[in-house]
Amino acid sequence: MHESAAQIFINAFLANNFVLAMFLGLCPFIGVSGKLETAVPMGVASTFVMLVASLCAFGINILLAHLGLEFLRLIAYIVIIASTVQLVEMVLKKYSPGLFRALGIYLPLITTNCAVLGVALFQTAREYDFVQSITFAVGAGAGFTLALVLMASVRERLTLSDVPAVAQGTALSLMLAGILSLAFMGFAGLGG
Amino acid sequence: MNASTTERWDEFMEGIWRQNPLFVMVLGLCPALAVTVSAVNALSMGLATTFVLTCSCVLVSLLRKLIPKEVRIATYIVIIATFVTVVDYLIQAISLALYDALGAFIQLIVVNCIILGRAEAHASKNPLLPTLINALGMSAGFTLGLFALGAVREILGAGTFFGIALFGADFQPWVVMVLPPGGFFVLGAWLLIFAAIARRKNARPLSSPAQGVR
Repeated sequence: MHESAAQIFINAFLANNFVLAMFLGLCPFIGVSGKLETAVPMGVASTFVMLVASLCAFGINILLAHLGLEFLRLIAYIVIIASTVQLVEMVLKKYSPGLFRALGIYLPLITTNCAVLGVALFQTAREYDFVQSITFAVGAGAGFTLALVLMASVRERLTLSDVPAVAQGTALSLMLAGILSLAFMGFAGLGG
Repeated sequence: MNASTTERWDEFMEGIWRQNPLFVMVLGLCPALAVTVSAVNALSMGLATTFVLTCSCVLVSLLRKLIPKEVRIATYIVIIATFVTVVDYLIQAISLALYDALGAFIQLIVVNCIILGRAEAHASKNPLLPTLINALGMSAGFTLGLFALGAVREILGAGTFFGIALFGADFQPWVVMVLPPGGFFVLGAWLLIFAAIARRKNARPLSSPAQGVR
């Protein structure tokens, strides 16, 4: 693996966008993208969890490889992510109760956000070193936030438009995501 | 009070039709869209998820009186992660080609919301038998849903079904269907169809009240 940091970032951010090209983190993408004001904090919170999880996963991986316990990797990762989410939840509850209420059930659900576990698993599978891992986590988080913000902006405008009753709700969101995903395919090859 | 066979059948069908995890509850989207580029992949993913969902729910149901309420979610996750690790090594042993095709998405079964949702909403409150039936029904519903997506995407995007060419050599594959956008479009289309059916069902009792009784 001789990808430069910039390549990894662009790849995770645009060319292989976590949500629109790799289908990771779709639950919050469909669930929280109704309003712009919750989409941004959700993206930032997820990015933070991704970064911490990526750092811990890097350390844990070395430790487990050293002890020859690779089969515990998945369990260790998921426990780390769950604890990080708990931490973010407590911090938000203390310093920003309004935001805490707005995010509601989706905050603890970051634990089951595949994008977070995805970052940890992919960086292991691709054998990224320390700097590469951090870049990858930040790029993935930025990509997730970008997709969330784009989707929320489109959906905010759609609330005023006349949509056939059958197509309202998730079906419409999925169609929109498909079109966004088509647009993101234009970035293919950018990361080299 | 013993549940009759009909009730059990009802419980099973609940997961396949009325509460279908993919098309009605719209859960577990990540694996549903990422691996369904072909019918074989979709079916394997469905079977892997079935194994994890059923085993985890059975274990959670058996341990439900032992698990303290405060740490239940963490416990469920660890139980699920254990079974996913088992499935991960199992697929690797059975077929390396399949393992490469599914990639990290086998391990990502851990974060499939359907499994945690079932463990929390059903298995933690019910004894073994209802849990087993419910879990099997949900898994069957999810597998069918994945298969519906995978089959459509493979037929349109590659012109094949389980690898067998369906159309003549002149067929121009609709490549976008096996690319990421196709996943969104096909699932969106299925949801549209289900929404249309649900609307017609809801509209019916008004025109002919006799059919209102289930």
